[in-house]
Amino acid sequence: MTGPVVQLTTPLGPEVLRLHAGDRVELSGLVYTARDEAHLRMQKEGIPFDPKGAVIYHCGPVIQDKKVIAAGPTTSARMNELSGFLFDLGVRGLIGKGGMGATVREQLIGRGVYFAFTGGCAALASSHMTVMDVFFEDLGMAEAVWAIELDRLPLVVGIDSNGNDIFGAARTHAEAAFKKYQGP
Amino acid sequence: MQTPEPARIRTALADATFRAYREAVVRLPLDVLKVIADAARTETSEVARGEFANILKNIKTAGELGVPMCQDTGVPVIYLTIPPGIPFTESLYDAVAEGVRRATKEVPLRPNVVDPLTRHNSGDNMGEGMPAIHVTPGTTFTVTVLPKGAGAENMSRVAMLLPSQTDQIEKFVVETVYLAGSRPCPPVIIGVGIGSTFDGAAALAKEALLEPVDEMTADEAELLAAVNRLGIGVMGLGGDHTALAVKVKTAGCHTASLPVAVNIQCWANRHATVEVQL
Repeated sequence: MTGPVVQLTTPLGPEVLRLHAGDRVELSGLVYTARDEAHLRMQKEGIPFDPKGAVIYHCGPVIQDKKVIAAGPTTSARMNELSGFLFDLGVRGLIGKGGMGATVREQLIGRGVYFAFTGGCAALASSHMTVMDVFFEDLGMAEAVWAIELDRLPLVVGIDSNGNDIFGAARTHAEAAFKKYQGP
Repeated sequence: MQTPEPARIRTALADATFRAYREAVVRLPLDVLKVIADAARTETSEVARGEFANILKNIKTAGELGVPMCQDTGVPVIYLTIPPGIPFTESLYDAVAEGVRRATKEVPLRPNVVDPLTRHNSGDNMGEGMPAIHVTPGTTFTVTVLPKGAGAENMSRVAMLLPSQTDQIEKFVVETVYLAGSRPCPPVIIGVGIGSTFDGAAALAKEALLEPVDEMTADEAELLAAVNRLGIGVMGLGGDHTALAVKVKTAGCHTASLPVAVNIQCWANRHATVEVQL
């Protein structure tokens, strides 16, 4: 099954195409937070950082005096229909919780991966993070784009670049299990 | 005992509320820690085991640094027990509010409470009817804080089943978890309220979350097994543990009713009780 933990540093290159769903990864280097509002702004005004090989973190952090206090992942599915342009511009990875829909699974094929970070683990996250910069600060703390330096954040590959999707597999299993309660 | 001075009661209750809130968001109760650790040990999915490792490390980090374990520090749900000799007045509500405001500033908590329609954020977790305070008579003067995050709360449901549908309760519980999928940050803890009225069933379901989760009746264990057969797993990544515990509370109901409520809680079943020191 899964081998040893893979060490990766952003910006990511074609090495992400060798990752498999289920691989454990420790990610270092700059990542950029973005939620719904930031995606809409970037679509309109462009991306305020170099998107080539970049990783987007679905997160609305609590930042105090330029320090990360709490920064757990938010539900990625809200960004299902907002992410395509990022891959077109070279983004190689997303980090979030709960997985994403079939649209993103298709968009990632041959281009990048979706990493899952454990929901609710805000204290753990902040102990691996340093704030480097901020864009779109007028959107407010949660919706702004924060450039955050990661130091070996523990992740798992949820969707790989070959269309394998652990979340999708679990959903299919649940659907089949629930069938027994549904009438003939 | 002599009735203490109103000002003294107020200060002591505000302080106890503050301390209970801080304890609740930083440290999990022992019974909750136990079910998480047990699940981590017995989980057979390697991916899920990795997620459990993160959860356990997160709990440890939060405790060591004295910071909230999750950025969603919830809305304040408060349970008071009032012994004989403590006058039940509006001043108790003011004292609890003062404790919540202080916790918001000093812990700190995320200001989560907004007006439901304008969505204006009060900035201090206060609002109409917030904090939500539930009072029962008791032998000791205690305050319990149950901070409720939105991810799990949003997945909760109430059904008014027919009296003949007791065999549909399991389906309703499993369906609620199925529809929630990965969104409530599983492995979840499930509070079930059966009976009472429409609102009463929901209150029972939330109170059930305060019961020890490391012990279950045979019926509760059966519901848990049914939920875990879904295989949603930790964070929706698949595995043996979609839920860690099911707790059921019941109450009498109308002969023509069968209210059932399911209150979903994330793995962080945060709550803390502090005795008010007078």
